[in-house]
Amino acid sequence: MVAADSLSKTLFALADPTRRAMVARLREGTATVKELAAPFEMSAPSITKHLKVLERAGLIERGREAQWRPCTLRPERLREAAEWIERFRELWEGNFQSLDALLDTLQTQPRKKK
Amino acid sequence: MSHPLSIRALGELEIVMTRRFDAPRALVFDAWTRPELLKRWLGVRGGWTMPVCEIDLRVGGTYRYVWRHESGAEMGMGGVYREIVAGKRIVATERFDSPWYPGEALITNELEEIAGGTLCSVHMLYETKEARDMVLASPMESGIGEGYAALDKLFESMV
Repeated sequence: MVAADSLSKTLFALADPTRRAMVARLREGTATVKELAAPFEMSAPSITKHLKVLERAGLIERGREAQWRPCTLRPERLREAAEWIERFRELWEGNFQSLDALLDTLQTQPRKKK
Repeated sequence: MSHPLSIRALGELEIVMTRRFDAPRALVFDAWTRPELLKRWLGVRGGWTMPVCEIDLRVGGTYRYVWRHESGAEMGMGGVYREIVAGKRIVATERFDSPWYPGEALITNELEEIAGGTLCSVHMLYETKEARDMVLASPMESGIGEGYAALDKLFESMV
């Protein structure tokens, strides 16, 4: 299951608050590692580790130029993950709306004897 | 009336869904555990029906659900009951025939009486963090991605 594999990586990458904050920042545009690291009190190796997870999950792309290696968001993967989660939510919202309707019916109609 | 659904992560391995229903606890319990009722609401939208719903509601007993789509597609799952407190709490394992997350999950369904209704909490405990994250990266409720317009709307409605 190649598709599920990449999805799993994406969701894993997004499960961490620091990485989510980085993704949120990158939604505003390309940023350097220094800019991405600025809001966090974190060592450079830790920042690099987070960026590697994001890169491996296909969520960001890093430029080749110089030592800046600017980071850019790749929205396809983000959209894929958001759609997956949205489906999970929709599935259960749908189920529970059906259950609401059923519970209503059961409470307003006299219950049939079996 | 339809109440908001809350979905969140708990620790590294769990997802918790919470939803309120305007019905007495005993009735909600029946709706979750009696096949003739379950078949009327669980996963039966958008062309799906649930032709198989077998429930042996006792500790060590099994359950088996199969859904069928009008196109012919089928999806099955089942598990074993680990703990049952009538009208209140069910703990059971869950495994899909064609797994879409690795391993098995332990599902705890708890019903609590609240004013005018029942609060239903479903804890889904996965074997690995990867499996959990695959089912849901729940802190995503902070609104990442375009798919989240619906969520924003939901939050607005909760204010």
